[in-house]
Amino acid sequence: MIGNTILLALREIRRNVLRSFLTILGIVIGVGAVITMVTIGGGATLQVRQQIASLGSNMLIVSAGKRMGPGQASSAALFKEADAEAIDAEISDIAAVAPVTTQSLKAISGNQNWSTSVVGTDNRYLRVTSRVLRTGRSFNDGERRGGAAVCLLGETVKKKLFGSQEALGERIRLQKFSCEVVGLLEGKGQSSMGMDQDDLVVIPLRTFQRRVSGNQDVSLIQISVREGASTDKAKKDIERLMRERRHLGPSDDDNFTVMDMKEITNMLTGTTTILTALLSAVAAVSLLVGGIGIMNIMLVSVTERTREIGIRLAIGALEREVLTQFLVEAVVLSSFGGLIGIFLALAGSVWLSAVLHVPFVFNGGIVLVAFLFSALVGVIFGYFPALKAARLDPIVALRHE
Amino acid sequence: MTTAAQNANGAGPQPENLVAFRGVTKVYGRGGASMQALRGIDLDISGGEFVAIMGPSGSGKSTCMNILGCLDTPTAGSYRFKGVEVGGLSRNQRALLRRHYQGFVFQGYNLLNRTSALENVELPLLYRGASASERRARAREALETVGLTGWEAHSPGELSGGQQQRVAIARAIVTKPAVLLADEPTGNLDTARSREIMELLTALNRERGITVIMVTHEQDMAAYATRIIRFMDGLVASDQPNGGKSS
Repeated sequence: MIGNTILLALREIRRNVLRSFLTILGIVIGVGAVITMVTIGGGATLQVRQQIASLGSNMLIVSAGKRMGPGQASSAALFKEADAEAIDAEISDIAAVAPVTTQSLKAISGNQNWSTSVVGTDNRYLRVTSRVLRTGRSFNDGERRGGAAVCLLGETVKKKLFGSQEALGERIRLQKFSCEVVGLLEGKGQSSMGMDQDDLVVIPLRTFQRRVSGNQDVSLIQISVREGASTDKAKKDIERLMRERRHLGPSDDDNFTVMDMKEITNMLTGTTTILTALLSAVAAVSLLVGGIGIMNIMLVSVTERTREIGIRLAIGALEREVLTQFLVEAVVLSSFGGLIGIFLALAGSVWLSAVLHVPFVFNGGIVLVAFLFSALVGVIFGYFPALKAARLDPIVALRHE
Repeated sequence: MTTAAQNANGAGPQPENLVAFRGVTKVYGRGGASMQALRGIDLDISGGEFVAIMGPSGSGKSTCMNILGCLDTPTAGSYRFKGVEVGGLSRNQRALLRRHYQGFVFQGYNLLNRTSALENVELPLLYRGASASERRARAREALETVGLTGWEAHSPGELSGGQQQRVAIARAIVTKPAVLLADEPTGNLDTARSREIMELLTALNRERGITVIMVTHEQDMAAYATRIIRFMDGLVASDQPNGGKSS
């Protein structure tokens, strides 16, 4: 009997293709939007995780000043190179410590110029940030101590200044001094926040202090904790050490911050997760609106087909059968909408993830949930019109024009 | 109430008729605005008859037809169809009676639009739960009976009035009903088409033994019946046998 009812529903939908399509448009858009949002959101979260993992999830960053909240920080004295050495010497389970100080400068080679971030540090920076040299060499001891005019180029800077030409051994100008390119870094791609991680020039810390900043300050200390060791413990130890070195009394607040990459990971993935949930909720509202659209059309359809319902009842259809017919019609319609929505969402997600450079992650769970939900929408919003149809008096319905 | 009890105080021991009305009244509305459509009708129709019901508008013949077709129930009195008291049945039970024993033909044909003749004729079988192959075969056979072989795929919009009424008759007889209820089946047709329809109904009555009960305004059409019942003001005014018209 249910097979016959589905057959009747399909005949009915076929009789009115255009209206059926318009009816399910809301469901198509709702299901499509929900699946696309969740898929793209899932891809973005995965991307954040991957990039942070490539950055090194066991990294700690010590910066001056206390973070008050997003974008706010109290100013405080910067660090010295000795602070980094003290951490390296006194804290256990540390793999590498790099003092880092950066400034944005214009790099010039020939008639090409490019504004980039110049990083003053030493060879340990490469290890802490998991960077690899593609060609050339890192700084030697003499260059490090003497503040020699040598540099390592990130992939982006190399491309902008030299194109496809050989850069190794060439000289570039940074502000008022020129330095020799001794090494090229392997590309790392975009960071989780959309920053180009290859847009940098690395020079020895001493060189930076002497020729760029003119002081002995170090703005950040980046630390890589040994694999398998607790970053929490290392963080606490560093905080204790820095309080001591900065002569803070027990009642003073920290005037520096130790950031754990794990926290940043959680913060960033948390943000994308919340955004995904919010966008999906908005999309789910359109699914609800789609359901109301179905109810509206089904009610119109019942009125329009009053005579037909009268014929069916006169021929001997039971109330239950008319109810089932209209209910099945609504469910078949909304499920069709769900299927089309799923198809469009998958196509759209593949396209969007290519455009947004986000990995495409197929989420079977949300596809199934969205499909079942679209069918449920049909049941809920189809029930009232179906009941209205089933309760019609055949004599009155047959007289209806 | 059991059948035995009914027989005891009713028609007696004679075999039960297909249709038996005993003091059937039908009142529409309540209180001062109420209208008595039937004022106590006694009527018996046995299997195999071809009955024409005539009468002016408002005489109660349509109400009588609705009750006969189990679409409506009497306000008072008893209507027994094949020995079953219809007044005591639920809406769904009456639907089952229609499904299994009655076929309907309406003045306005009442076919499903944009649906092929074959699918229209299949419809009652769908509700009986017949298999697709059985439905198809029986629908084709019914269409053949009404002379519409070759028109199976046409929708009502593509058929003439006479052809549409033939499809409606095919739909009514496809279930092999005990009784065919026709409400002014020729009301929308010209004389020639009307004669064809009447000849078809006569043939179904004579050759297949289907009881035909037909409401009509036209004396010419009523002439085909074997019995003519005239209604007047909610009562049976006359009830006479008729020779029937040989085709």
